[in-house]
Amino acid sequence: MDLLWGLVTGALFGVLLQRCRVLRYDKQLGALRLKDMTIVKFMLTTVVVGAVGLHLLAAVGVVSFSIKSFNIGGVVLGGLLFGVGWGLCGYCPGTAAGALGEGRLDGLWALAGMVLGAGLFAELYPLLQRTVLAWGDLGKLTLGEALGTGPWPVILLLAAGAGLLFRFFERRRL
Amino acid sequence: MRRIVPRLPAEPGPMNPYVGGALAGLLLIASVVFVDKYFGASTTFVRAAGLLELLFAPDHVADNAYFKKELPRVDWQWMFVAGVMLGSLVSSMLNRSFRITAVPDSWRARFGDRPRLRAVTAFGGGVLAIIGARLAGGCPSGHGLSGSVQLAVSSFVALVCFFVGGLVMARILYKGK
Repeated sequence: MDLLWGLVTGALFGVLLQRCRVLRYDKQLGALRLKDMTIVKFMLTTVVVGAVGLHLLAAVGVVSFSIKSFNIGGVVLGGLLFGVGWGLCGYCPGTAAGALGEGRLDGLWALAGMVLGAGLFAELYPLLQRTVLAWGDLGKLTLGEALGTGPWPVILLLAAGAGLLFRFFERRRL
Repeated sequence: MRRIVPRLPAEPGPMNPYVGGALAGLLLIASVVFVDKYFGASTTFVRAAGLLELLFAPDHVADNAYFKKELPRVDWQWMFVAGVMLGSLVSSMLNRSFRITAVPDSWRARFGDRPRLRAVTAFGGGVLAIIGARLAGGCPSGHGLSGSVQLAVSSFVALVCFFVGGLVMARILYKGK
């Protein structure tokens, strides 16, 4: 049953990514070249809507969170490395699959590179565990906990920040 | 002499990204409520690599610590990534924006129409991106969307690092063009 839901959820997400052109190389690089903020608008709106909805539902006990641990070495170095690869590739793991779906053959090359890279990562894992991944772990920390305010002031700030950014983008036609 | 240009139907305009993003937010909420699944994509590539390696070296896969952690099997997230491809295919067929292309427009404008150069770069970028994503514990789906909706510090830091790395690479590639 899980598998079917995965396919259905992915397909609906794929339709949205395709219709908003978020899965295009031109849009991804457009954001990285600060020329077209379509993907940032899409992502930030998703985050604000998702954050409000999930925190409301968590408050009444309907959903539970699944937070990733803050492993400083892994997140910072891995994040930067991901960024460099993303800039070269022009797709992230999800959008590469979507790009192939609308006929972009470079998406297939990106997917193949990602499968090879994942295999390499599995080989390097023991070494990485002793080095980069051992450089400090702050656990499953959230911003609300780190600031001691609880989630709502953070969400409010996030929404306000997103709103200001969107106004800036629209004025500059980005 | 008149040039014969193949006539493709004009591509329909895009959906408003705020509307699309809000619908994606509702979809994410529904996914957590109904199946308790947060979006993610990068672990799927580990499972896919493991499944491929199983064909050639099953003992090697059985011994690997990472494949013990992320079992090489088709799971919810695997189907989610497959679903993104399927959704995009159906959507682009329905609105006639499906095109077989080897080189994206902005790449062609900068580097010319060289499919092989584009293929090598996409492949190499894919290798680096997934190694980075697994090190960071997630990609723009797992950290960028699912992590930041939960206000995880790790996800906001990861998201900033994704953009810093990407901005630097884009600057090197396009040098202000």
